[in-house]
Amino acid sequence: MPSIMLEFEKPIAELEAKIEELKNFSSEQGIDLAEEIKIMQAKAEALKKEIFGKLTPVQRVTIARHPERPGTLEYIKHIFEEFIELHGDRYFGDDRAVIGGIARFRGVPVTVIGHAKGKDTKENLARNFGMPNPEGNRKALRLMEQAEKFGRPVFTFVDTPGAHCGMGAEERGQARAIAVNLTRLMQLRVPVINTIIGEGGSGGALAIAVGDRLMMLENSVFSVISPESFASILWKDPTRAQEAVEAMKMTAYDLAELGIIDEIVPEPLGGAHRNPEEIAARLGDYLKKNLDSLKEMPVAEMLQKRYEKFRGIGQFISG
Amino acid sequence: MFKDLFRKPKYVTVHADTVKKDMPDGLWQKCPNCNEILYAKELEKGLKTCRKCGGYFRVGARERVKITVDEGSFVETDAGLLSTNPLGFEDYPAKVAAAVEVTKLNEAVVTGEAVIGGNPVIIGVMDNNFIMGSMGSVVGEKVTRAVERAIEKNIPLIMFTASGGARMQEGVISLMQMAKTCGALARLHEAGLLYITVLTDPTTGGVLASFASMGDIIIAEPGSLIAFTGPRVIEQTMKIKLPEGFQTAEFMLDHGLVDMVVARADLRNTLIKLLDLHMTGGNANAQHYA
Ligand SMILES: [Zn+2]
Repeated sequence: MPSIMLEFEKPIAELEAKIEELKNFSSEQGIDLAEEIKIMQAKAEALKKEIFGKLTPVQRVTIARHPERPGTLEYIKHIFEEFIELHGDRYFGDDRAVIGGIARFRGVPVTVIGHAKGKDTKENLARNFGMPNPEGNRKALRLMEQAEKFGRPVFTFVDTPGAHCGMGAEERGQARAIAVNLTRLMQLRVPVINTIIGEGGSGGALAIAVGDRLMMLENSVFSVISPESFASILWKDPTRAQEAVEAMKMTAYDLAELGIIDEIVPEPLGGAHRNPEEIAARLGDYLKKNLDSLKEMPVAEMLQKRYEKFRGIGQFISG
Repeated sequence: MFKDLFRKPKYVTVHADTVKKDMPDGLWQKCPNCNEILYAKELEKGLKTCRKCGGYFRVGARERVKITVDEGSFVETDAGLLSTNPLGFEDYPAKVAAAVEVTKLNEAVVTGEAVIGGNPVIIGVMDNNFIMGSMGSVVGEKVTRAVERAIEKNIPLIMFTASGGARMQEGVISLMQMAKTCGALARLHEAGLLYITVLTDPTTGGVLASFASMGDIIIAEPGSLIAFTGPRVIEQTMKIKLPEGFQTAEFMLDHGLVDMVVARADLRNTLIKLLDLHMTGGNANAQHYA
């Protein structure tokens, strides 16, 4: 069970605490309460299905940002047989908000790139809460080009509130770093499979989210800007962030409907953090399936399809 | 050296809205930089430049085309593309309609074919007066079509950018236009064609982080705000005060992020020189050494 409960999970948490209490009472007092416990457990399961079965977009955002939600580091650990991390952009530094390296995936060497957040305050500060500086985007670019050289498929795991916005990031060309990644990813001559595993925020997310397949975990989100900023820019009222979540259509289901993403990876009931092994195994299967479908495709055809996929995004009328 | 880095920019951009507020009839315009009162008609003739201090007023897309291309050479393309409301966002259609009314443009970018100093080019010019020059589906589509047309005709592409970033009301669809335009530019690059971007005030956010930053040659207009994250957002988020001159065209030059800062009066000649050096119809040298 997660140690941090979200607001809407409270009824479930309370029921589960009661069951725990009954169990303790039963063993301490030697009274058989098996029947009562069974009934309450059934009730808890029903409540979980009810609450988790129809999550609102706002609830999904809180799950996407859950401190215990599995991140790139967990997926690397669970999905790949081995992983060697590679550091640095070769220009300025090593951005720890982006992690990358070579992994073995079901026997096949692949390049893995992902945003890394921290599990606690200290690690979060070291990893800048998963917000890349230009160095992170340039490290990603270096590893993509390395993957192309050696014919390795690229898997990316997207999980960032956005690109870092600071003086240094501006001075060192954050915008250019993102633009170059977008351009190069469109031409990269190896399969590229992108998965949004948590938060996909703005250009910072997009910088490693372009490829042949874009998947989203069921409770992850993807948006042009954070709902908080959206509300303050458009409505001059940051307290309307929840409304913004609905209006922006940032959930996996919304984005599948809009034709932005290719596939939704279902999560364990209540979110990936409730069963990290289960979601990692499933994500591994989805990666395998998509990689297999790209493996045999001639490169020219793959690049043409990649082009057409993005070429077709946009809604307008010809007046 | 350090002082020089953050020097006050010589050129200051005058924001049209402040001008309008002060000057009700539009016959006269005040330069907020030096307070000089300028006759509007005189401004038009003088490339919208204050004759006293050299500060720039923003130039709309149509005027920019006019002062850039050979007279009468511009043929607009895709002018009929119009925004829809893909997210069903309240007020968005009204906002677009108001922008159309004010700018007499259908969207925040004008694209077409033109000749500059005898060189045929594809040209695109953004207009900041149209919902802050933000990029939604139509801007993304028109820019992409302009790139594809340059490839098809085998001629250079010139883009003048002016944008507040993504068109928020189109959500992730607007974000994806960054990838779409860059995908087309990847093909332009493979075709060996010249791409020049001219960053004008203001060029920010998703436009700077996509096609604006991908020019073979990047020119910036003096004093322009050029930023990934706008200065106000940085100051609020990081709780700092940015030094004067941060994120100006001159700052970009000092940090190696643009090739040159060119005064408005010299821009057309600079473009002609660059086009001549690359020769019309792509790059003759590239073909020679291929
Ligand atoms: Zn003046």
